[in-house]
Amino acid sequence: MIWTLGAAAEAGEPGLWAKFLGLLASVVDAVAWPFHEGTVYVFGAMAVACAIAVVVSQNVVRMAFWLILSLAATGALFFSLNADFVGAAQLLIYVGGTLVLLIFGVMLTASGPFLQIKAKPGEMVLAGVVGMALLGVILSSAISVDWDKHAPSPEKAVGIGFNSPAEGNTTRELGMKFLGANPKDIGSQKATLSPGYLLPFEIVSVHLLVVLIGAAYLARAKRQKAPVVDPT
Amino acid sequence: MSTTDQVAANVPAAELNTYLFIAAVLFVCGIVCMATKRNAIGVLMGVELVLNGANLNFVAFARFTRLGLDGQVVSLFVIVLAAAEAAIALAIALNFYNNHLTIDVDRADELKG
Repeated sequence: MIWTLGAAAEAGEPGLWAKFLGLLASVVDAVAWPFHEGTVYVFGAMAVACAIAVVVSQNVVRMAFWLILSLAATGALFFSLNADFVGAAQLLIYVGGTLVLLIFGVMLTASGPFLQIKAKPGEMVLAGVVGMALLGVILSSAISVDWDKHAPSPEKAVGIGFNSPAEGNTTRELGMKFLGANPKDIGSQKATLSPGYLLPFEIVSVHLLVVLIGAAYLARAKRQKAPVVDPT
Repeated sequence: MSTTDQVAANVPAAELNTYLFIAAVLFVCGIVCMATKRNAIGVLMGVELVLNGANLNFVAFARFTRLGLDGQVVSLFVIVLAAAEAAIALAIALNFYNNHLTIDVDRADELKG
């Protein structure tokens, strides 16, 4: 059976392959840029539902799985907000890096007598009540603000060499911000410079290096030491 | 309503309040997760959820208000610092597990006076 299928593919049945490619293209088209209106709500509902599942589930491995889905849905929301570089960084660093680290932590510690550590039901109910109250406070204060007053000005300064928003226009501007410059300063007559983020960028990079060295030092395998002889 | 006429060219698909709602739910889920989980790694996942909700707020404000691209810069810093925090917290959790053979945070009370 497999041999005949392989032979058919070898002989080149263009209809099947083209049909498959067309199906693939239509699927990609359906989820690709630009985001349709409903996609935001789909990914938002996914992020919210998976976050609630993280809280509810008791198994640590399942919590990690739901957290991956929630973070990935949030990355999709970043894409829908025209923040393509932040969305890509979210998928690469958070989902690809931090969560893998977390899962390694789960696997290294999920043995022994305390595999399932459960909270008491009363504590869960109390936390749920307090959480709903906190959610009410946050939402009521967020809705009571008139955000339309702070709407961005319609004209956006997009210079030569900067892509249109549909192609993702944030990467080059973000790079210039990190270098301490502002794209709006290019070609302007004023000799004023906008503050950039060069110093925080350097501080964060050194901080990350120090933290990773410290983490490797803390989590290293302990060597068996020779028994210490009391000098007295 | 002159402002609505001005921004009518780029009408957003979903309003700012939708993103604020999603971010608030993520934040509260993280807080509840931190409060109720007794597994140290579960607490760490709650911290990640809280940071993620705050990040979503930053990016949403960068899109819908005059904050501009600075919100995205701050969210990138948050992502990097969250990675650093996860690394160091996991190292501490592994050390604690090596010493106590559990990562129940309720048993980490030796520093109590």
